[in-house]
Amino acid sequence: MSRRPSAFAPSALPAAIIGALPAIAAAVGFLALWELYADFSGIRPSILPAPSRVLAQGWINRQALIDNTWPTLSATLAGFGCSLAVAFVFSVLMDFARPVRRALFPLFVISQTLPLVAIAPLVVLWFGFGLVPKILLVALVTFFPMLVALLQGYEATDKDIHELLISMKASRWRIFFLARLPSALPYFFAGLRIAITYAVVGAIFAEYAGAAKGLGIYILNAKNNFRPDLVLAAVFVSAGLTLVLFAITVLLGHLAMPWRHTERPTSP
Amino acid sequence: MTLRAMTLQAMTTPRLEFRGVSKSFGAMTVLDDISLTVNDGEFVTIVGPSGAGKSTILRLLTGAEKAGGGDIFFDRKPLSESAVSFAFMPQRDALMPWSRIIDNATLGLRVQGMDWKAARAIVKPLFEPFGLAGFENYYPAQLSGGMRQRVALLRTVVQKHDMLLLDEPFGALDALTRTQMQEWLQTMWADHRWTAMLITHDVREAVFLSDRIYVLSPRPARIIREIRVPLPRPRKLADLADASVRDIEADILETLLHRPT
Repeated sequence: MSRRPSAFAPSALPAAIIGALPAIAAAVGFLALWELYADFSGIRPSILPAPSRVLAQGWINRQALIDNTWPTLSATLAGFGCSLAVAFVFSVLMDFARPVRRALFPLFVISQTLPLVAIAPLVVLWFGFGLVPKILLVALVTFFPMLVALLQGYEATDKDIHELLISMKASRWRIFFLARLPSALPYFFAGLRIAITYAVVGAIFAEYAGAAKGLGIYILNAKNNFRPDLVLAAVFVSAGLTLVLFAITVLLGHLAMPWRHTERPTSP
Repeated sequence: MTLRAMTLQAMTTPRLEFRGVSKSFGAMTVLDDISLTVNDGEFVTIVGPSGAGKSTILRLLTGAEKAGGGDIFFDRKPLSESAVSFAFMPQRDALMPWSRIIDNATLGLRVQGMDWKAARAIVKPLFEPFGLAGFENYYPAQLSGGMRQRVALLRTVVQKHDMLLLDEPFGALDALTRTQMQEWLQTMWADHRWTAMLITHDVREAVFLSDRIYVLSPRPARIIREIRVPLPRPRKLADLADASVRDIEADILETLLHRPT
């Protein structure tokens, strides 16, 4: 007991930036190669625009891009939020009642096999050009990964902790909230990081199938006007959007699980 | 009845009693005709070879398993009808990694329905004697094995309980820390006189801590010896060098290693 209680280690943000350097270098290298090829191979900009041209045109059309980003962002967040809420409710139902799990799980697996290309236009046909079809499609692509992550997380509960709570005569609900739910947090956030990237793609796809505004419809229009530079500008925006959302989920996970990054003394 | 007679009766009436208890998992018999008693304020240890089914005895009490045959009584009532509460300490500390030490320590109280503040108020003063003062707001991963085990024991003893169940509580610790913890537990027990049942395969630990020891045979487990440890309390590690204690230790080892049947 010679160790004095001390503050927790500060989060290692500078280390994270250093860790990201190879990825940044690779991205810059890729863009440089693309730029050189587009500039010197003689390929027409209407086939493959150089990244510099994409950036310049994107900047000129920034107001249109921004106006179309907001609907995509809100569709993504609304759809993902609904998906999370429903996935949580179903995960609890399935955790408490095995028959429910056996009845529903195959259906959810099948929902993952539906080709989005075929479903998206139908959903737009049924629910119109508003927010509803986007929410549904985003939910369709993100629901299953989140459900599986939660169920797997519950199952990962330490057997000893479970038996300890039984010996304390804790109710099933008590055990769920005290042990199973916190045990699922790391799985939940792993699932969240994957699903948020699907969510943006899902929203853009839904817009592509029919929307009044949004990056998806912007991409469709730009393509129809033979403007690959603007298509790519919108793609860059969506990639940036996804990265930001991804970073937010990482941050949320960090905040929600403080015990995962505390100082670990080597010996007593 | 005179007070003396009443006291005598209280001393001789077992609180916990197994009568011919057996347990099988499929075709494999794990416990075979186990009869034992634990008296009020008595520290009873069950020693046996690994895999003999020692832990199964505790699991019958915590409700994790049901007995196949025989009866278990607590205060003369069948276990299923009795309102007895056991405070169970598992082999590994089973601390919740996401909860701070203070919250891990109050877990049993909170499950029993006590609110968070009242539970903290009860547990807080015990951090000092348990050698955990200053670590209330740490996470389990930040503590050493010995400290984690003390948290687990703290969590166990603060529960309102009729009896302590300890399942090889120091098995995962290094030899030095284990000895330290045994000595410390002995002191704590001498102060509180919890009715306790310890499961272990460490013969020295059994002799040092117990009033009485039951020796189990390999599977299917039967009780092959019952040994009283007459050492007075409080005990010191040095007492283990005593000739009578060494005889008991040798006797148990002999029974375990060369089972006379």
